[in-house]
Amino acid sequence: MPKLWQVTKLIRSKNAGPFELTFDVIFKDHATYEKVRDAKSINAAWFAKTYRLPPEVVVIINYDAASAIKITIPRPTISGDINDTDVYGGQQYGPLVELDVP
Amino acid sequence: MKEIRILSATGMLGSGFREATLKHAMTLKPDFIGADSGSTDPGPYYLGSSDSNFSDSANKRDLRLMLLAGRAAKIPVIVGTACTAGNDDQLARLVGIVRDIAREEKLSFKLAAIHSEQDKGYLKKKLRDGKITPLSNAPEISEAVIDRSAHIVGMCGIEPYIEALENGAEVVIAGRSSDTSIYSAMPVMKGFNPATVWHAAKILECGAACVVQRKYPDCLMVTLTNDHFIVEPPNPEYRCDPVSVASHNLYENSTPYELVEPSGVLNTVAARYEALSDRAVKVSGSTFKPSARYTIKLEGAELAGYQSIIIGSVRDPIILRQLDSWLAGMTQAIKDRLIAVFGSDIETKYEFQIRVFGKDATMGRLESETKLGHEVGLLFQTTAQTQELATAIMKSVGHMAVHYPVPEWTGLITSIAFPYSPAEITRGASYRFNLNHVVEPASPLEMFKIDYEKV
Repeated sequence: MPKLWQVTKLIRSKNAGPFELTFDVIFKDHATYEKVRDAKSINAAWFAKTYRLPPEVVVIINYDAASAIKITIPRPTISGDINDTDVYGGQQYGPLVELDVP
Repeated sequence: MKEIRILSATGMLGSGFREATLKHAMTLKPDFIGADSGSTDPGPYYLGSSDSNFSDSANKRDLRLMLLAGRAAKIPVIVGTACTAGNDDQLARLVGIVRDIAREEKLSFKLAAIHSEQDKGYLKKKLRDGKITPLSNAPEISEAVIDRSAHIVGMCGIEPYIEALENGAEVVIAGRSSDTSIYSAMPVMKGFNPATVWHAAKILECGAACVVQRKYPDCLMVTLTNDHFIVEPPNPEYRCDPVSVASHNLYENSTPYELVEPSGVLNTVAARYEALSDRAVKVSGSTFKPSARYTIKLEGAELAGYQSIIIGSVRDPIILRQLDSWLAGMTQAIKDRLIAVFGSDIETKYEFQIRVFGKDATMGRLESETKLGHEVGLLFQTTAQTQELATAIMKSVGHMAVHYPVPEWTGLITSIAFPYSPAEITRGASYRFNLNHVVEPASPLEMFKIDYEKV
């Protein structure tokens, strides 16, 4: 089974404004994207468990035009607040990198 | 006017672009030059303190080239969200840089400055009238929140830009603005289809970010007609393909299919991306639905306190194998010591945190990995109402922490490596974003005063 990083050209996380965090998984080719999309390897239950969140706050969007899957969650703390760990939200994608995909 | 050519100098004023690219782009006869000067990305400090994320020198370098090119071609130069957050101090700072450049280069033009800073009395009245509503994940709002904000800005739409351009402004510098409005105002004013315009603006607002491989910040150019637009990077080293352009809708946006603006919502579900060459892409098919209610997004920042920090690290395997309980015991000992030093009412006057690098310093409570490496980094942080108190607290923290024992070792230990003397570092004021709300103004221009001057 390949890991997600092996079939993607970019996995990233970033603020979508100071109150939301968004993850982009952009695949190298459309066929692999469709395979992973249809297998639902990235699903709300898995994501919620991995990121220790309730599944109902996880929004997953398939974006065929860019062969990409987007995940958006509320930020655990407001960007730059005194408990925040990552002002830009740029280093939150680590657990996605090693995900097994079909 | 059948088509309009739009030049984005860079995704972020002060981050730069190649002078040669701008020169080449000018030979393609753009109708105006835009750049965004702000972002909430670097956090609440900039809105709260009025400081700028880029130096005046970096902003001036980019703006000088843009103004020289714009005045030579007699086309408008439009910059939004002055000096990172676009409050009145930051607007004045960027306008000051524009005046300096004009004097140094002997340029003359009509300048419009759009103010986005909001009057607290106006906002409190809007709140009482039920005209302020929360967006998702918004903190609580009250008159007290408005009162204690250091600055509150409204994110303007295209209307103040159009007002300024219709009044003959040749250079427009705006306070807080939606990134896309910088690029949408003039095409919408000229009557182009808003759906095509807003989609093009979303691609333009990050400069060359939509190319296949962006190696450094640079310009981007779009040629727009009523039913489509063509993206082609003016830098010959760069190319766009349909996927790179479509991908840009993902960037720092909660959904790639919608873009919410004050006057309506762009929907890209039906958008088509076609390669015209190995470096140009034609985009068409998006729709734009005007909103029933015109709203302006608010951003506010309040002082969270003043901070002092200590950086250290631990290498001892005996300490590392009991790290959590060691830090918990240390935190309690620090608490007790601070009561002894400052009295029991100190408890309400500070917040203390320890961040553990090598454990969960990056992801905090989202982290599920439990392995530790051979060492960890520690960041001790105190936030208090004055800098003096934060620093005084950290002087005690440093001493308590560096000698905090573990049961296995007898005798006095020195358990933390400090890279600096003194260990404590003054971090200054820390701010907090405190609004994620929209307000309904009586008109699109009501919240945005425009000053004009002949420079």
